[in-house]
Amino acid sequence: MFKKQDKGWYILFTAPLIFIFTTVVIIPFFIGIGYSFFSWDGLPLNPKVFVGMENYVKLFSDGRFLSSAIHTTLFTFLAILLINLLGLIFALVVTTKLKVRNAARAMLFMPYLIGGLILGYIWKFIFGDAFSSIGEQIGLTSVFFNWLLDSRFALYALVIVATWQMAGYIMIIYITGIQGIPEDVIEAAHVDGANLWVTLFRVKFPLMMPSFTISLFMTLSNCFKVFDVNFSLTGGGPNNATEMFAMNIYNEIFQLNNYGYGQAKAIVFFIVVAAVTLYQVSITKKREVVMV
Amino acid sequence: MKKAGKIAINIIVVALSLIYLFPVYIVIVNSFKNRAELYENILAFPSSVDFEYYATAMQKMSFPRAFGNSLIVTVISIAIIIVLASTTAWVLVRVNNKLSKIIFLVFVGTMLIPFQTLMMPLMQEMGWIRDHLRIPMLDSLGGLIYMNVGFGASMAVFLYHGFIKSVPVSLEEAATIDGCNKFTLFWRIVFPMLKPTTATVAILDVIWIWNDYLLPSLVISSKAYRTIPLSTASFFGQFTIQWNMAMAGLTLTIIPVIIFYLSAQKYIIKGVAAGAVK
Repeated sequence: MFKKQDKGWYILFTAPLIFIFTTVVIIPFFIGIGYSFFSWDGLPLNPKVFVGMENYVKLFSDGRFLSSAIHTTLFTFLAILLINLLGLIFALVVTTKLKVRNAARAMLFMPYLIGGLILGYIWKFIFGDAFSSIGEQIGLTSVFFNWLLDSRFALYALVIVATWQMAGYIMIIYITGIQGIPEDVIEAAHVDGANLWVTLFRVKFPLMMPSFTISLFMTLSNCFKVFDVNFSLTGGGPNNATEMFAMNIYNEIFQLNNYGYGQAKAIVFFIVVAAVTLYQVSITKKREVVMV
Repeated sequence: MKKAGKIAINIIVVALSLIYLFPVYIVIVNSFKNRAELYENILAFPSSVDFEYYATAMQKMSFPRAFGNSLIVTVISIAIIIVLASTTAWVLVRVNNKLSKIIFLVFVGTMLIPFQTLMMPLMQEMGWIRDHLRIPMLDSLGGLIYMNVGFGASMAVFLYHGFIKSVPVSLEEAATIDGCNKFTLFWRIVFPMLKPTTATVAILDVIWIWNDYLLPSLVISSKAYRTIPLSTASFFGQFTIQWNMAMAGLTLTIIPVIIFYLSAQKYIIKGVAAGAVK
């Protein structure tokens, strides 16, 4: 197709995007690594002091950072579980022969389109004022109180909102997986006398392994990097009890003005995200059933 | 008997799906209530439909302006992403040499970098460009669009790359013999064939750019350039105690999303599925 003399076209077609991409992603990535070895408060006139690895060493004794790591892990674990469970159940329901399956699918997917920021504000009202007002009226104050003021329940509230947002999205991935299973395989299982459960766990699920890989990958990386919902629903509160990784970095840089130290956290954040996702893809890839 | 059971299951599924959407219901009913009515019973219908809070919220959020800004940023960013990513991916597939492979790998590999790792140095760099090259990268819609294109590049190149690989090259060769240059060849012959991927890229990017908060919040500081998420956030900073007004504001922001969803539901679900599975 392209010959030697077509070099000009090659450059014309690729250079604009490569230029923009380099200035927006590549250069900041490398200067970011540079910043992480300096101590700087972000004001252009103030000096940047080279501190070497000190920022990275400091991370391990930073209580607020370490507890944000624990919140993020707990949140991610619970959210992955809940999102995938609900998403899978939704997918199984809307792939039956029910008449209302398309309407149900449309409704269940809708929350995903409303952005995380707006969702957080909606639920802030529900978990805050709505819950406490319902609790006062029906007297069930052990369940209906302001969840956002309790450090443990505020984290659960975040899990619920993340689930509400993502379950419909994950449902779409599982639907694709279920529809990819050949009819005759299911029929063969029925002929062999397999009941609903056996068909589900022994036939359908193993053949859906690629969908599980994608769904786990998507939920893991989305939950781990959560920011918008965190920002609008709890703002990290109460007492930083729901401050996730991404928000901790944001606060360190833009609220506390520790630009160098915050950037060191951001680099560590990148390493963790990259390592976890690559590891997870490599193990789930191995377990996929090969269809011949 | 069996038929009745089937109808019952259908009704249950619809009912459960509706219950799943109850937060949207709560937002809408409470946007019409006054303060006393709101706290009396949060779940009840409003006693009268009064658009008073909508008018105030619309004015306080400068809603028409924010809507216009969001629309400009979303549409132009996506148009540029589609033009540049499709041409780039096409060349990277068709010129199958080492350089193309490396460029493609860099695009895909950087998808692992979280935005938080880039945000501070990116703002420093854009500030430097503004100060030294006098190009207004910060606090301008153009700067925001530029950065959206940079962040959307990887995903779009990746999706186009995957699709173009499955398109046979023979048609393009025939057109070349007929004397098409590369430019007309791409836009006349290749680009129309990429329609499914173009739809996927457009839909995924609408969902992302329309709702994006963090990047615009760092880039934009003037009130006049605020997008919908930015004006919602600043509105909430001022009115969290006046929930009825806040609910009216939230309803306003959800309406465009619902209209978009209803008008292109089939494509949206298809696009999201295609984008995720690849």
